[in-house]
Amino acid sequence: MNSAQMLLAAPEFWLLVMACVVMVVDLFLGEQRRGIIHMLAMLTLIFAGMITLRGDYLADGVQSVTAFNDSFIRDRLGDVLKVTSFVILGLVFTYSKLYLRNFKMFRADFYTLSLFALLGVMLLISANSLLMIYLGLELISLSVYALVAFDRNSGRGSESAMKYFVLGSMASGMLLYGMSMIYGATGSLVLTDIAEAIRTQGSGDILLIFGLVFVVVGIAFKFGVVPFHMWIPDVYEGAPAAVTLFISSVPKLAAFAMAYRFLSSGLGDLHIHWQGMLSFLALFSIVLGNLAAIMQTNIKRMLAYSTISHMGFVLLGLLPGTAYGFGASMYYVIVYAVMSVASFGMIILLSSRGVEAERLEDFKGLNQRNPFYAVIMVLVMFSMAGAPPMVGFWAKLMVIKAVMDADMMWLAIIAVIFAVVGAFYYLRVIWYMYFEEPENEAIVTAPVDFNAALTVNGMMIIGLGIFSSSLIALCMTSF
Amino acid sequence: MNGFLLSTLIWLPIVGGIAVMLVGGHRPAMARGVALLVTMVTFLWSLPLFFSFDTTTAVMQFVESRPWVETFNIRYYLGVDGFSAPLILLTSFFGPLVVIAGWRSITKNVNQYMAAFLVMEGLMIGVFSTLDGLLFYIFFEAMLIPMFLVIGIWGGPRRVYATLKFFLYTFLGSVFMLIGLIYLYIQSGSWNILDWHTMPLSLVAQKWLFLGFLAAFSVKIPMFPVHTWLPDAHVEAPTGGSVILAAIMLKIGGYGFIRFSLPITPDASAVLDWLVIALSLIAVVYIGFVALAQQDMKKLIAYSSISHMGFVTLGLFVAFSIYRNTGGVAGAALGVEGAMVQMISHGFISGALFLTVGVLYDRVHSRMIKDYGGVANTMPWFALFAVFFLMANSGLPGTSGFVGEFMVILSSFQANFWFAFLAALTLILGAAYSLWLAKRVIFGAVANRQVENLQDINSREALVLGILAVAILFFGLWPQPLVEMLQVSVDHLLQHIVQSKVM
Repeated sequence: MNSAQMLLAAPEFWLLVMACVVMVVDLFLGEQRRGIIHMLAMLTLIFAGMITLRGDYLADGVQSVTAFNDSFIRDRLGDVLKVTSFVILGLVFTYSKLYLRNFKMFRADFYTLSLFALLGVMLLISANSLLMIYLGLELISLSVYALVAFDRNSGRGSESAMKYFVLGSMASGMLLYGMSMIYGATGSLVLTDIAEAIRTQGSGDILLIFGLVFVVVGIAFKFGVVPFHMWIPDVYEGAPAAVTLFISSVPKLAAFAMAYRFLSSGLGDLHIHWQGMLSFLALFSIVLGNLAAIMQTNIKRMLAYSTISHMGFVLLGLLPGTAYGFGASMYYVIVYAVMSVASFGMIILLSSRGVEAERLEDFKGLNQRNPFYAVIMVLVMFSMAGAPPMVGFWAKLMVIKAVMDADMMWLAIIAVIFAVVGAFYYLRVIWYMYFEEPENEAIVTAPVDFNAALTVNGMMIIGLGIFSSSLIALCMTSF
Repeated sequence: MNGFLLSTLIWLPIVGGIAVMLVGGHRPAMARGVALLVTMVTFLWSLPLFFSFDTTTAVMQFVESRPWVETFNIRYYLGVDGFSAPLILLTSFFGPLVVIAGWRSITKNVNQYMAAFLVMEGLMIGVFSTLDGLLFYIFFEAMLIPMFLVIGIWGGPRRVYATLKFFLYTFLGSVFMLIGLIYLYIQSGSWNILDWHTMPLSLVAQKWLFLGFLAAFSVKIPMFPVHTWLPDAHVEAPTGGSVILAAIMLKIGGYGFIRFSLPITPDASAVLDWLVIALSLIAVVYIGFVALAQQDMKKLIAYSSISHMGFVTLGLFVAFSIYRNTGGVAGAALGVEGAMVQMISHGFISGALFLTVGVLYDRVHSRMIKDYGGVANTMPWFALFAVFFLMANSGLPGTSGFVGEFMVILSSFQANFWFAFLAALTLILGAAYSLWLAKRVIFGAVANRQVENLQDINSREALVLGILAVAILFFGLWPQPLVEMLQVSVDHLLQHIVQSKVM
């Protein structure tokens, strides 16, 4: 291992160091000066972004560079996803500061755990071997288990953390089992070597197919698609809103990266097998997610089911197994993360001291309480429903084109029909905000940084919809 | 200046809408003033579309084209021909009228109301002026958002049901069109509608595409049997919303047939024309009877709209039968021109009728026919306008309502006698429900205390109704300017659609 290799992983090292620094610095800070932790975490993200963007590791014409015995890969795709994660996590931190203060949970643990989870996300994004994938995955999972139970006085929080832990461990076990079979069949842990082995020995090996099944289960659990979605509604509802905000955004980016690394870099030649599996996972997620969301009265649960359907759409993009399809999927998952943080940000905004605004009724009459926030929520909801000119429309457009590229017209038609079904529950939020009288006349306000972040977030949703070419091009050129 | 004319028409109202929004809810007078100013400027700005329009060519005019999303070859491509220019003028013409109509009757969140209408105006002009398939879809869908809010916030008691139904119906129809558009893009590598016009396609593909377009546009027009959202939406919408819905939004369906279905899938249109003709005739006759039975004035006008829009689809699709019968397109041109004239004329008439109902509703807060009677005694000027508009609605010669219907009936004679016979029934049915409405509401003895205390229309209302009355008379007596704008484009379209593009 030489220093050039270390340099490739510089963003990861920086994050590791800073996560520890944040933990230690907190010991010397009193209750009043906790704000410093927040600043420190934000600076960590900014510098991590700058280090990642330097990108001078790529010589001309080289697509990717590997390090640490080929288990770590640095490429354009990884950089884009990492920088996106930093931006999203920056929004998460800004929103959750308000929540943590209101709920008297403003402790450094939240930042430390989030930064460690981010480190896991980065490792997963850059993973090029089965070991690294597992390492990243577990780092995310363990941090998130702890985060879900962050409010230790909440019974619901502990319950959902427990549930998540049990189900998550099972999924990890399955993934590990699948990995062992793939290792047995190909004799390597490195994804590119696995791909090479499959190419030479053919893709008919039954052991390999079994391995693939378990790997797909692991990926499906990470995405939270049907039938591995059971944890999503409970965890989203039980976790504090600030944590749900985190879970629903950054780890999804990692899940996409994991799916791409596994299914394309490693098991690309098994495309014919995993295409069928993914199409059914996607189909059931879109159908069930959208139908179940209609019946929810708790907005966190509603958004949980909406996440399930969105992840189904992400899988749609993976189906053709082409560069275009992966680009479409990646675009969808980035757009989803942007929309998701905004929606949970709104929940945090409406939560008053000690009471989460998790009932749909809490949104009633928001237009009369504060028209600006109502407009932001309108943008988010229409974007999630896939109505143009919001950015969510482009995401749906691209994945549906990917499905049609894969000659699965029936799936495209079902997907768009259920997109219309899904529009109903997003419209219901708008209906409550605009067409109903408020239940609670209290004025909604937030600190300046919160408002700034929410404005930027809202502008991203409409702005990336109207000036859509740059982000689309970025995703398309990453593959 | 012509280089940015269409862009200005689209973005001026949208930016103006955002500005009005920022005025804030506490300064309604300023919101109204700014909105009126913006719509007036937009209307004046649109006039070159009439005066500088070259009526001798069918190629696109006032073209703007620049890349938008290079990865997918999506362009910001605008241009108008004889079909879209009149519809854009109609849209910008209604801008100020709608603002004035909502001047006093809207008191809640005036700035948001005006902003929604301005944004909607820009988006509707965008629908008519874009030549890029995806951009069309974006405008087509985005337009639903402000309308959804308008009906939901300022509508009547069942507004939530009505607006959700409106949104979901239209959304469901249009997603099938989206799949069709993506298919066309995958096949051609371009989103340019004009490229699609000339692109060869197999008959099977054409049929599926035709059905996809039909799903979107038949909901929009609306055609029987997917019309049920319209009466609900109209009844619950505030006056301005009803006016825009009837006068402009329904026309987008007809325009869609002209721009997409006919030229992109001509062979499928020829094969499936019986379907559209049958649905149109059902709309004309059956919905005419339904209108007769209505107790609610707005509902009656809504059904009458569906019935009249049946003429539009009939006029467009008889072209194929005529071509089969006569081997020429001369007779078909009359039908397509008639459909376009009918769209413009119906825009004026239905807009005017909803405004007249709005005048009564503002005073009595009821739309039920039984709550009125003898309005002429207390509101003579109003009665004059109302009876005139109802006459126009029943197709009285000398009003624009007559011209379009007459052209379509005349043309459908050349296709099939029974088409013409059934279509001509509307002259009886239309007269029946329109004049019976006039009898029950306007004439007779004063029905109750509320009618006795009615105030006649003020100068603001008289201005709006007067302008519309003049327009209806003008196009009734002298439709020539409109027909001239259309003629070359219609001929071009017909020459195009009778040539098979099956590979």
